[in-house]
Parts: sequence; C-alpha cells; structure tokens
Amino acid sequence: MATATVDTALDTAHEDHGSSTGISNTKLAMWVFLGSECLLFGGLISTYLLYKTRRGPGPTNLAIPTDVFDIPFTSVSSFVLLMSSLTMVLALSALTRGDNAATRTWLLATATLGGVFIGGQVYEFTTFLREGVGFTSNPASSAFFTLTGFHGVHVSMGILMLMSLYVASVQGNLTPKNTETVEIVGLYWHFVDVVWIFIFTVIYLIPA
Amino acid sequence: MSETVTETPAPEAEDHSHDHPSDWAYIKIALVLGVLTGLETFTYFETVLDWGDFLIPSLLFMMVIKFWLVATWFMHLKFDNSIFSRMFVGGLVLAVGVYVIALATFEFWER
Repeated sequence: MATATVDTALDTAHEDHGSSTGISNTKLAMWVFLGSECLLFGGLISTYLLYKTRRGPGPTNLAIPTDVFDIPFTSVSSFVLLMSSLTMVLALSALTRGDNAATRTWLLATATLGGVFIGGQVYEFTTFLREGVGFTSNPASSAFFTLTGFHGVHVSMGILMLMSLYVASVQGNLTPKNTETVEIVGLYWHFVDVVWIFIFTVIYLIPA
Repeated sequence: MSETVTETPAPEAEDHSHDHPSDWAYIKIALVLGVLTGLETFTYFETVLDWGDFLIPSLLFMMVIKFWLVATWFMHLKFDNSIFSRMFVGGLVLAVGVYVIALATFEFWER
C-alpha cells in the first residue's frame, strides 16, 4: 500500500510542473536559460564585430572571413533553418491534436533540415580553410569561427534533442500529455533560429 | 487540537497555452520569413539595385521583423504569459548592454 502511495505521489509530481504562480516551472526555467543564452551570443557577436577587420600582426594580405563569404550559399542555409522552425511548430501542433504519425514526420523533417544546415556550415568552414582563413589565422577569423562554431554546436544539440523526441514517439512514450516537453525543445530550436537571423544580417550581410 | 488548513488557491495564471494558431497561420508566417530572407539576399547584388544609404537600415528593419515574427508566433510569446517575454527581453537588453560597453571600451576609450 505504501508503495502504491509513493507511486501515486510520484505520478502527481511528474504530471504537475506548475508553480504557485500557475506558470510551468520547466517552461520558466527554459526561458531563463534562453535569456542567459542571449548574453552568451551577445558577447560572441560583440567580439566578432570588434575584431572583424583585424588581420593581425602577421602578413597583411591574409584573408579575413568577410573576404571569402559566399552570401547566396549562406542565404540558402538561412532559409533552411527558418523552414525548420516551421516544421517544429507543425510537430507541436500535430502532437496537440494527438496525430502521432504527423508528429514523427515533422520532428524528423526538423532534424533533417537542421542536419542540412550543419552540413552547409561544415562545407563553408572547409571552403574557408582552403582559402587560407583558419581558426588561428587572425583575430577576425578566430572570432568568426568561435561565434559560428558555438551556434553550430547549439544546432547539433537541438538535433540530438529532436531525435530523442522521435525515438520516444516511436516507442509510444510521446503523447499529447507530453506537449510541454516538445514545446520546450521547440523553444530551444526557435531560439537557435533567431540567433541565426541576427548573425546572418549583422555578420554576413552588413558590409565590413 | 485540530488544525484547519485553508488552501489558498494559486493565482490565476494567464494560461493561453491552448490559444495556438492554426497550421495555415504558421505556414503564412513562414512564407513571410522566406520572402524577407529573399529580399535580404537581394541587397547583396548591388549591380541590380544600389540601396545606397538605405542598405543598413533596411537590413536591420528586415532582421527585426523576422526576429519578432519567430519570437511572437513560433515561440508563442504572443499567446503565453508575459513573464516569459520579460525573461527574454531582459536577456536581450543585457546582451545589447554588453555590446555597447565592449564597443565603447575598445573603440573609444582605447584611443
């Protein structure tokens, strides 16, 4: 009987994520985390903007990232990431309706689009290296690789989270009761997207 | 001695979590985001149209619109409790503060 009481208490604890304010603690925690992430990316973007034209003390003919940007290619990557935000909200919407097959499809589509974005970033980095713009080439390139690399790591973490949700759905552990879990992963994913919206304009499109 | 415990009900939260828009509304937002990205890319081809002094303000304007659309619609800030917006805006304001301080330190006071 004691075990049953404990089980009931645990079930209640797992289901009830609310606080005295009526706001979900988990969701609030994610927003606090995203607020702190703004500071991380704010610092990285600031550093890049300050160093973006510094070629360093070495030979002055060394290329900096702005010399080798491929704007049409990056535009396609940006579009892909934006569309992954659409598939993410469609996954949440499908789960809310209880449509598990559609949820899985949209989750997989989001992870795939994220994978395409990461693939594009790997290609871009490889091209930069071939053009002589490496991580330690000059202060501008170090700041660029740190910023976009950190963003890439965030996207990769998001893909892992999405794949975990996909596996949970396949195993039947993702039901409309877990809407908040998908919403929280979605918040993280959309945040990564808004950071890229900022990076694409400020770093790539605004001329040095 | 019996103790009467009166449970104070939790304050009514602004729970708008079920007011999510339709799939079609999301698709329309995504179309607008796609068009804006296309316009941003178009500014790169200066030989087609020279934006002149309007280039940077136009790019920043389009960026803010895209940012706002994703934050309010996709991240549901428009429909959720306002405390989430405050958390996010607080982080953004602090981030801008970091940039302004760093810029001032390196660009002005360094000289």
